[in-house]
Amino acid sequence: MNGMSKIVKVTACILIIPGIVFGLYIIMHGHLTPGGGFQGGAVIATISALFIIAYADEIRGVLDKDILSLMESMALIAFISLAFLGLSTTFFHNFLVNGGGLFGNPVSGINPGDLNTGGVIPLMNLAVGLEVYSALSLIVVVMYFGSKQEVLEDVN
Amino acid sequence: MNGEFYKMLVCMVLFAFLSAAVASIHPFGEPPSEMDDYFIRNGQRETGANNIVTSIVFDYRGLDTLGEASVLFTAVTGVFMLFAGRK
Amino acid sequence: MLIDLPFLAVVVLLALGVYAVVFRHNLIKIVMGVHILGSGVNLFLISLGYREGGVAPIFTHAPKLEMVLPTPQALTLTSIVINLAVVALMLSLIMLIYKRYKSLDSRDRRLMG
Repeated sequence: MNGMSKIVKVTACILIIPGIVFGLYIIMHGHLTPGGGFQGGAVIATISALFIIAYADEIRGVLDKDILSLMESMALIAFISLAFLGLSTTFFHNFLVNGGGLFGNPVSGINPGDLNTGGVIPLMNLAVGLEVYSALSLIVVVMYFGSKQEVLEDVN
Repeated sequence: MNGEFYKMLVCMVLFAFLSAAVASIHPFGEPPSEMDDYFIRNGQRETGANNIVTSIVFDYRGLDTLGEASVLFTAVTGVFMLFAGRK
Repeated sequence: MLIDLPFLAVVVLLALGVYAVVFRHNLIKIVMGVHILGSGVNLFLISLGYREGGVAPIFTHAPKLEMVLPTPQALTLTSIVINLAVVALMLSLIMLIYKRYKSLDSRDRRLMG
């Protein structure tokens, strides 16, 4: 199977850039506007689904199962490590907040929003966004290729 | 025929219990909110995030998020395992 | 009592989900019922945290300081992702069942063990 027509393929290729940029925007502004890691990761994962619809079997080399799986594990490990880094106080302690450094500006009251705030929260958003993206893409990819598998043999 | 009757009975009883539960819950729009008032008052100062929902998800209730991420991971592993029968 | 319309909507959604799970025999429709149940739970959590006249709990350009409760919204995020994981796993199982038995009927003798 070779996927859909050329129009769909080209449109999918064009949509990859606004899709990924919008997803990354949602992830990185998760501590300022509605959104965050889960939603942004889901937005980027829709691009994977669109590519599978448009390109069908030709996707095999691009969305590789092993790479996505590695990415998911790495993102989960990064999330847990960020949680462990605050262990000097408690698990999941926000050790970067109000420190003046990276993501360390203090905020108070109603403000127009400063990206350099939130302590460890933007980093966790990034990790969770990556994890959700690779998990959802992996589910779609595995189920797509699994639907083409041959019939399982009768074990009885 | 008999089975359908029992199924319908179960549904009716469940519906009645749910309706009773809804009738005894707090009125819509006036929730008890001590904990959430604390989050709204102090969340910005303590976590530095404007979005209080994000500060709860990743800071106050980070363990919930960790468990949820592992649920997602487990689901993906399960899907993998189910389709890894034959090449 | 009539003001609590969202809670009544939750009851209707849950009843629909349970109806689909109990009365339908198609496995795909049972999964749809489970997903409707999950949506009912999400709506319940969200409507639990609504405060009269409140705005979203986000301080960026907030119109006022009276906000709805943030904790139920955070729990709803968790609930949505768990719902998705459950449905993905169930649909994969159903795909395998269909491949093996060429049938989606839950009354199939081979599925009842």
